[in-house]
Amino acid sequence: MPIDITMPALSPTMETGTLAKWLVKEGDKVSPGDVIAEIETDKATMEVESIDEGVVAKIVVAAGTEDVPVGQLIAVLAEEGEEVAAPKAAKAAPKEAPKPEVKEAPKPAKAEKPEPAPKPEPAKAEAPAPAPAAAPAADTDDRVKASPLARRIAEAKGIALGDVQGSGPGGRVVKADLDGGKTAPPAATAPKAAAPAMFETEIPHEAVKLSNMRKVIARRLTEAKQTIPHIYLTVDIQLDALLKLRGELNAALEPRGVKLSVNDLLIKALAAALIEVPECNVSISGEQLFKYSRADISVAVSIPGGLITPIITGADSKSLSAIATEMKELAGRAKEGKLQPHEYQGGTASLSNMGMYGITQFDAVINPPQGMIMAIGAGEKRPFIVNDALAIATVMSATGSFDHRAIDGADGARLMQAFKRLVENPLGMIA
Amino acid sequence: MADTYDLIVLGSGPGGYVAAIRAAQLGMKTAIVERERLGGICLNWGCIPTKALLRSSEIFHYLTHASAYGLSAEKPSFDIKAVVARSRKVADQLNGGVKGLMKKHKIDVHEGVGTLTGKGKLSVSKDGKTTELSAKNIIVATGARARELPFAKADGKRIWTYRHALVPEAVPEKLLVIGSGAIGIEFASFYSDLGAKVTVVEMLERILPVEDAEVSAFMEKALTKQGMAIHTKTGVQKLETTAKGVKAEIKFGDGKVETQEFSHVIVAVGIVPNVEDIGLEKLGVKQLANTHIETDGYGRTNVEGIWALGDVTAGPWLAHKAMHEAVICIEKMAGAKDVHAMSTANIPGCTYSRPQVASVGLTEAKAKEAGYKVKVGKFPALGNGKAIALGETEGFVKTVFDEATGELLGAHMVGAEVTELIQGYVVARELETTEAELMATTFAHPTLSEMMHESVLAAYDRPLHI
Repeated sequence: MPIDITMPALSPTMETGTLAKWLVKEGDKVSPGDVIAEIETDKATMEVESIDEGVVAKIVVAAGTEDVPVGQLIAVLAEEGEEVAAPKAAKAAPKEAPKPEVKEAPKPAKAEKPEPAPKPEPAKAEAPAPAPAAAPAADTDDRVKASPLARRIAEAKGIALGDVQGSGPGGRVVKADLDGGKTAPPAATAPKAAAPAMFETEIPHEAVKLSNMRKVIARRLTEAKQTIPHIYLTVDIQLDALLKLRGELNAALEPRGVKLSVNDLLIKALAAALIEVPECNVSISGEQLFKYSRADISVAVSIPGGLITPIITGADSKSLSAIATEMKELAGRAKEGKLQPHEYQGGTASLSNMGMYGITQFDAVINPPQGMIMAIGAGEKRPFIVNDALAIATVMSATGSFDHRAIDGADGARLMQAFKRLVENPLGMIA
Repeated sequence: MADTYDLIVLGSGPGGYVAAIRAAQLGMKTAIVERERLGGICLNWGCIPTKALLRSSEIFHYLTHASAYGLSAEKPSFDIKAVVARSRKVADQLNGGVKGLMKKHKIDVHEGVGTLTGKGKLSVSKDGKTTELSAKNIIVATGARARELPFAKADGKRIWTYRHALVPEAVPEKLLVIGSGAIGIEFASFYSDLGAKVTVVEMLERILPVEDAEVSAFMEKALTKQGMAIHTKTGVQKLETTAKGVKAEIKFGDGKVETQEFSHVIVAVGIVPNVEDIGLEKLGVKQLANTHIETDGYGRTNVEGIWALGDVTAGPWLAHKAMHEAVICIEKMAGAKDVHAMSTANIPGCTYSRPQVASVGLTEAKAKEAGYKVKVGKFPALGNGKAIALGETEGFVKTVFDEATGELLGAHMVGAEVTELIQGYVVARELETTEAELMATTFAHPTLSEMMHESVLAAYDRPLHI
């Protein structure tokens, strides 16, 4: 019997994806585990593997097709020797889409059994997952509160329930929210509406289509700057003690093959500071404030064509060597575009370091729904007053951007103070 | 000096007194003004005492049919005065209940006729004495009264409104009921069961005209079988009181005009809002073409600080609509978040005749008119074990679904206790279930409610017991 292969949901928020590349062609034999296609989503490129054995009977969606809805038929697999009639018209059937036939790339290092698309994390108050998604606590349709009727209508109309502002009890999405009926505002997809205006230009140029990642970056940064009142607090921090400790630790860790970067220490310092000043480890969600009891640090990593923020989960309780190892591995996969969604969605605060470019100080844009981001400038030798005398010290400027709706200036200042103290007295964060 | 309140409610019917309670719960200093009896028409002269009367006629019906259950009752009879007395006692009990509720919530009750005298000002007069009250907000909940025929005033002797029909001194021998809405049909059923020869005339094409056409047709048949004469597309042109009764000039659907004689007439041709002499004009409160007060979905009139709800505003003119509206109105007034504007789409309607009628949502015809492609399910009481055991096999349950989405657009029921059953569908609609959830629900066996399940199954061509 022919087997339908549909566009997989590779992340909890994924609604559509770009079929970047077919790695098989019609007539090719495939075995379970064979990579058959690459799908580009919001932030990453994923591989789709076959779990069945057979022959690619028909490729329904051509490579390069954008915005293919999750659940749409993309190819048909037949058993060897089996005749396949004209494949069924491509239809959107997200709910029925057989999930186990795809597996996310990258493969787990060891030969584990193929996993289905990653399970969305439950939306706990401690750790909301939706980094690139629109609304907090609403990152898959399955977990959005909605009436059965609203689910049906949304499915039929191809509306993602997560994008709809529910007007029912407790934010439940009801029919009226989808009909644009008179009792409720129409489906609110505000952030998406913020596409930059189009214009013509005479200046010689090349027009490049925005990648999905670029679109997400554009949408989220616009959302952040338009909806979050930012305040910026800057401190100058002496790095000498931290550099010294790093040298000692690296010497000690060498046999284990672990090398700590300054950034790894700063991740730890930020996490420790957030636990010390919990008023800054928060997110605003509608009428609620989520106060996190764990510091998950999203670390900005520049990758070809954009930026991604892999997360060091629970950085406050991880050892420096664990952070360094994890960060190295995440950054490596980030650059290959192979992070799994749960590895870059979420986080309670962010760290962005532009020191390596010689930037002395900058103000970063908050990564919603997080409450703050720490922008790190270059550590450089500066004339510095030490013990009332002019001396040379290695100093860096760090600027915290805070969501002023959730975080008061004084609390932000306390966080900056704690961060400074931890970096200048780095033993405090390893003990 | 005027007593000052956060809120004054003018009228203590189900809309008014519920508004007052909710306001008190939210901490408003509240007063309620009533010119007659606390509880308004509903529990003094409407919903409640009629149910008491209908209970008597229902039991009497069972007594006269005792043999059908293997029982015998010798020459069952009744004392109409005692039946009425019981009904009044029930009303009194509830009236006392509202009094107690007002006291419990520390709501000041001002007896007398209230008149708006200015913004936030209201005077209450009783026995020539006037009290001035003032409040930030005033709710007009003065209700409605029976519409009268232009050519014949109800005299309470031969020509009755609901009010007279509630306290008869004797059962009319030959009764004409003009109007076949819920009120007309309930009185027709009551008096018919007590032995009156009842004729019902209805101007429109069918009786219970707001109900689904199949419900109307079924009821016409059922009531005719009980011995009533039912004439639709028929109007009364003239009523003349004689020594022995009333002569009615009736124009039938076929154009024929005939004069018939009746001992009594009940006029049940709708309601008119109580908007006179309460100072609405003075404040410039906007009224609709049919003189009902115009409000938005939260009970706000065009004049700031003046709100209105219940029968004095747009329909449906039902006690439960007024109560629902009252809560919305007060919560909006108190600035509560997430208050939803009144929607009348999900207000059930009930008629407590024998058999009973209950419905919610769109009729099949209205659904089609609205452009829905519908799936309709129908299940007869004859297919329900409990109905057979009860000897109540008259009736059916009809459900109307939107084929595209599975939305339960409407439910229409006739039969024993359907007024109690309808709430299942009302909840389903409020929660926006589709046919799938209804099908997946377990209905207790044996109950009449199984008909509700079967009707849904029938809409999708999979009933189990038919």
